[in-house]
Amino acid sequence: MSNAVYMDANATTPPCAAAQAALEAALCTIGNPSSVHGFGRAARAVVDRARIQVARLAGAKPENVVFVAGGTEANNLALASRGDRPLIVSAIEHESVSKPAEMAGARKVRVLRSGQVYLDDLAAALHEAGRPAFVSIMLANNETGVIQPVRAAADLVHAAGGLLHCDASQAPGRIAIDMSELGADLLSLSAHKMGGVLGAGALILNGDLAIKPVLLGGGQEKFRRAGTENVPAIAAFGAAAEEARSVSNATKLAELRDRLEAKLAELGISILGADSPRLPNTSCVAISGKSSETLVMALDLAGYAISAGSACSSGKVRPSPVALAMGYGDELARSAIRISLGWWNSEAEIDGLAARLADLAGRKTHTLSDMQPAA
Amino acid sequence: MSSLQEKKIAVDGQNRPKTPIYLDYQATTPTDPRVVEAMLPYFTTHFGNPHSRNHSYGWEAEQAVEKARAQVASIIGADEKEIIFTSGATESNNLALKGVAHFYKGKKNHIITVVTEHKCVLDSCRHLELEGFEITYLPVQQNGLIDLEKLKAAIRPDTCIVSVMAVNNEIGVIQPLAEIGKICRAAKVYFHTDAAQAVGKIPLDVDEMNIDLMSISGHKIYGPKGIGALYVRRKPRVRLEALIHGGGQERGMRSGTLATPLCVGLGEACAIAQREMGAEAERLRSLRDRFYNRIKEKLPEVYLNGDLDSRIPGNLNLSFAYVEGEGLMMGIKDLAVSSGSACTSASLEPSYVLRALGVEEELAHTSLRIGLGRFTTEQDVDYAVEHIVESVQRLRSMSPLWEMAQEGVDIKSIKWAEH
Repeated sequence: MSNAVYMDANATTPPCAAAQAALEAALCTIGNPSSVHGFGRAARAVVDRARIQVARLAGAKPENVVFVAGGTEANNLALASRGDRPLIVSAIEHESVSKPAEMAGARKVRVLRSGQVYLDDLAAALHEAGRPAFVSIMLANNETGVIQPVRAAADLVHAAGGLLHCDASQAPGRIAIDMSELGADLLSLSAHKMGGVLGAGALILNGDLAIKPVLLGGGQEKFRRAGTENVPAIAAFGAAAEEARSVSNATKLAELRDRLEAKLAELGISILGADSPRLPNTSCVAISGKSSETLVMALDLAGYAISAGSACSSGKVRPSPVALAMGYGDELARSAIRISLGWWNSEAEIDGLAARLADLAGRKTHTLSDMQPAA
Repeated sequence: MSSLQEKKIAVDGQNRPKTPIYLDYQATTPTDPRVVEAMLPYFTTHFGNPHSRNHSYGWEAEQAVEKARAQVASIIGADEKEIIFTSGATESNNLALKGVAHFYKGKKNHIITVVTEHKCVLDSCRHLELEGFEITYLPVQQNGLIDLEKLKAAIRPDTCIVSVMAVNNEIGVIQPLAEIGKICRAAKVYFHTDAAQAVGKIPLDVDEMNIDLMSISGHKIYGPKGIGALYVRRKPRVRLEALIHGGGQERGMRSGTLATPLCVGLGEACAIAQREMGAEAERLRSLRDRFYNRIKEKLPEVYLNGDLDSRIPGNLNLSFAYVEGEGLMMGIKDLAVSSGSACTSASLEPSYVLRALGVEEELAHTSLRIGLGRFTTEQDVDYAVEHIVESVQRLRSMSPLWEMAQEGVDIKSIKWAEH
């Protein structure tokens, strides 16, 4: 069993207490939600309850929530539903958007050094498209935590008659989400990034949008996603959504993050996207001259589980595509590491990590005695 | 982090159905308590993302996933590198058919399947038809099995893949997989089988049966919902185009974070099934025979749909003549059975599977699918039989058609007055 301090919340989180309780209860229920007998209806009720909870989190209607297996499937389903609209995506999307987008020959929108999408380039892309486009811009970046100007982007997209999809996987429980306020026509959520469990996600629609199913078969999810519903994971998703809606951990997370970043600032370690609005739990830092690979390995040995960018990229060591897109050079992009905190982290853990980073950066943290004025 | 092991929920016995009695094991199965126990730590203590390569949380999760992959491979005689985890059999079937068809598009544009396949196979085929593929839907014989000569005759030089389910979800009949495999291999055509209802119930060996792709479901074999697998042969190598793109997990064939606890659950479910399959099949066969024999002793005009011999032991599909279907379902509320596939059970249409066997519409409307499984007891069977017999007798006593039939009137000869 791992005893390391877990600071990789953007890769996955443990289930919150409410999700765990919902999961345990649902794991022991019998029944296929499509069956008409009592067992089936009981399973259906669990799914319906979760649907209401997830809808409420996003400020959407329950009937517009399509449960899928996870964030990746939600993003694929969103993009598949673009019809013949030209596809435009930001340059810092998660691979579950960027990969299918590349295959579809999508136009990429540049981002600024701040880590935010360059809206003028989005306007240019919409203009180039010459007809209503399908645009995908994430709510908060998984590596830097930088919150994107989704509302402003939505206004541009809608003015051009297009549709906006927003991958909000990293947002729940960290910032508030409201589809209408964001202006998102489609929104993706992933349960295991917000205190639910692996195996559930949702594509949420704002209004009656036609979905082109990726999985065909039974008429589940109103023919928008075939396959027997993953009842326990959906139940946990619902409970986690209920919890996330209050955003009650945000203040604690921000305090921990600020404590960490203050210490890093003393060490002269730079934080990517520091001047932009960011998630309260994410710090993307680079120590010049240290490769991210060396850093994460050394930190793991020291008992801190963090990561170098996204967890999905099959172990390949490569510069952070997000840092590159922000205009940083190859060397810095190869040294970027991500510290993403969760409700389970403590001040002591932050101080411990800062001390290790100080060692690794080749400098000691200032102690109180260091700071005392020379006699 | 709170640990579930501290609380250690008492899983034993919790999954045991009491009343109503659960007899719908082809729709879904209760998760075996041993499977739940194996999964729980991976939801909580070992919650890491299996694709996190930088820390021990990720490595622990990855190790568990790989162990599960080997367990799944073992029950079908495959190599673990040939197993792709998916979100369930629906996704596996979609991936197998659309994935292979898309990869070989242009060179091979013909697909062969069977009219009694699960809806997700038929819908995938219909979708491919719209894309320009040609599909041959093989009929079945009255016993639900395909005619091998018709399969041979249907194979063309441009046939890409033959998809025949191992066990039918409504009537439980087992298709002659080894023979189909031999025919496909000889014709150099890929053979895919939807084995959602077969894994853990009958012995399967992908090499002996010349199977190139096989779909597996978690929740049909006492594992969790939300997980399945697709076996994809490596020698000779089957290529396919992914349906879901992103992080490139599962060798690029299926992107998305693997759900470690669900993988562990599927692996454990396979391991248990592999150990217990022989004895369990015997137990179920004797329960099934007890069920069928008692019904036949007490009720005339009951018809078994699908072959009795080439059938999994846990399934009966019976039509009760002179009984109105909905009335029958209402009369046996204490029994959780279904009139067909769960996916289409909300519809009032008679089962397309039964229609394909040539079952008359009236009889198709009064059919019950009775699924027996790991937690079914002799008492459950006796209780269910008694209930069904009572209900059918009561409904028949109120039926004028039954009365006429008893008097020797041929119902089909009656000329109904038009109104």
